[in-house]
Amino acid sequence: MTTTTIAPPARLDRPRGPRPRRRESRWRRLCWAVSDSLVLTWRSVARIAREPETLMDVTVQPLMFVLLFAYVFGGAIGLPGGGSYHEYLIGGMFGMGIAGSAPGTAVALVADMKEGIIDRFRSLPMSRAAVLLGRTTADLLTQVIGALVIAAAGLAIGWRIHTGPADALAAIGLALLFGYAFTWAGVCLGLVLRSVEAAQQLGFILFLPLTFISNAFVPTQGMPAWLRVVADWNPFSAVAAACRRLFGNPNPSALVHAWPMQHPELATLLWSGALLVVFLPLAVRLYARKQR
Amino acid sequence: MAEIPAIEAEALVKTFGATVALNGLDLCVPQGGILGLLGPNGAGKTTAVRVLATLLRPDAGRARVLGADVITHAADVRRSIGLTGQYAALDNSLTGRANLVMVGRLSRLSRAEAWARAGELLDRFGLADAGGRAVKTYSGGMRRRLDLAASLIGRPEVLFLDEPTTGLDPRSRAVMWDIIRDLATGGTTLLLTTQYLEEADRLASQVAVIDGGVVVAEGSPDQLKAKAGDDCLTLSLAPGADAALAVAALSAHATGPVAIGAGGRQLTAAVPARDGITTDLVRALDGAGIGVTGITVRRPSLDDVFLALTGRDGPGEQAETTREGEAA
Repeated sequence: MTTTTIAPPARLDRPRGPRPRRRESRWRRLCWAVSDSLVLTWRSVARIAREPETLMDVTVQPLMFVLLFAYVFGGAIGLPGGGSYHEYLIGGMFGMGIAGSAPGTAVALVADMKEGIIDRFRSLPMSRAAVLLGRTTADLLTQVIGALVIAAAGLAIGWRIHTGPADALAAIGLALLFGYAFTWAGVCLGLVLRSVEAAQQLGFILFLPLTFISNAFVPTQGMPAWLRVVADWNPFSAVAAACRRLFGNPNPSALVHAWPMQHPELATLLWSGALLVVFLPLAVRLYARKQR
Repeated sequence: MAEIPAIEAEALVKTFGATVALNGLDLCVPQGGILGLLGPNGAGKTTAVRVLATLLRPDAGRARVLGADVITHAADVRRSIGLTGQYAALDNSLTGRANLVMVGRLSRLSRAEAWARAGELLDRFGLADAGGRAVKTYSGGMRRRLDLAASLIGRPEVLFLDEPTTGLDPRSRAVMWDIIRDLATGGTTLLLTTQYLEEADRLASQVAVIDGGVVVAEGSPDQLKAKAGDDCLTLSLAPGADAALAVAALSAHATGPVAIGAGGRQLTAAVPARDGITTDLVRALDGAGIGVTGITVRRPSLDDVFLALTGRDGPGEQAETTREGEAA
């Protein structure tokens, strides 16, 4: 709601003509917000259809990581408790590969600001939240593509689901939920930065250590004690451990006493919720602040 | 009851750090009017438009569009305005048609309406053939036309055009001018910012000259030119005509000294800006038997006005070198 944030100078405060019009009901505004979000989701999807190379961050990139770790590093990594490294790897990839679209979200938002199209959106009678909701919804769709690519790559290198379809869907659902929540961090980054290059570089610089200091690729047991604490509490470790448990894949984190490693599904839900609670309102705020 | 003005601004102030972009700007445009906001780079034109289009919050002062306050009733304002910025605000990856449909849907047209209106505008702006191509393949002129089409898709009552022809070649500029004139005849209220004096002269019914974030002069183009002083009259004498007699005849009407040039065959003088002065002069010259091959009266251009008001040359020439898309 936009009221009374700035008091107009009193001397100009005098009765006006017949306008303004009646405010719309809450329900109608919500309907419009959904409609506007869908239009902007369609916009992003139409862009991808015209420029499929923008999907590289959820296709080529995870594929590259799968191959690198399966065949280059994997042979040197031992799993406490034993098991196939290839099977271990895919749980980590579901965490890292899906959330890996977030730096791209930041880049796309900065580019929109630069192109001036955000100004166009702001001058339209559309929902303000729709710009961010449309963007993140489209990103969620690309993350679904990412999940399919990772699953296909996994099946190709010998990863299998040893549980039922319900558990498998729960695992992918958790990874997507976390990926969606993480996207909002990317939105905030995009709203803070001013150049596409900065978004690209900073996105990479922040994202790599965040995902590598976790159990996504390497069991945390071999890390120095202080780093292990960080890694065991890293949300990416929770997603990876949750996926491994639900897929019935080797999960050395089960031997770790840190709370998130003992309850990885619940930890993933909490982390996702926390990301949304922090970054969603922050993103809305940053977006509104762009006006001044 | 008096009609509500389409655009009102009262004492708008906006600063960016140490830069004062608007310093008590007042504007008023009646419904259906065309105001040309004329000023050099950095005069505050773009800031004024961004405040009126609800993109920027003023530090002080008030602005209303069709009676709706741009701060407290921004949603109402957005329902009645269209905005075409200095650089085309389009999605380059999408086709021209997809851009229009998108903006149409966001302007709350139904899907069918948005498609129909997109087709209509593409036809009208000569973009029908290019409608299926990605915008990044468009020329500068085409992008501006598409951008304008996008701002018209929701049938706005008030349209802001921020330097709509900056950076365009003369032909594309002429096309834009035709389109803008059409809109004006259709009754849309227009606020047009420009660095081109000629543009304001041709398109606007009222011109506000702004400098340093305030309006330094306001009026119709003719009223403004009248402020710059007298008309300039040039007389070309026929071969064998008596120059001395001609000077005497012209001096009777002139407000200043008569200058003689072109080997004594051309006389120039300032004359009062009133109708019928050439007729009077021709009669006098004819009566005295002085042969004349040509007589021209030039009103001062808005360039002259600009110079008189701001103490600077008109920005027209500099404008060419200004990079397109640079915010003022």
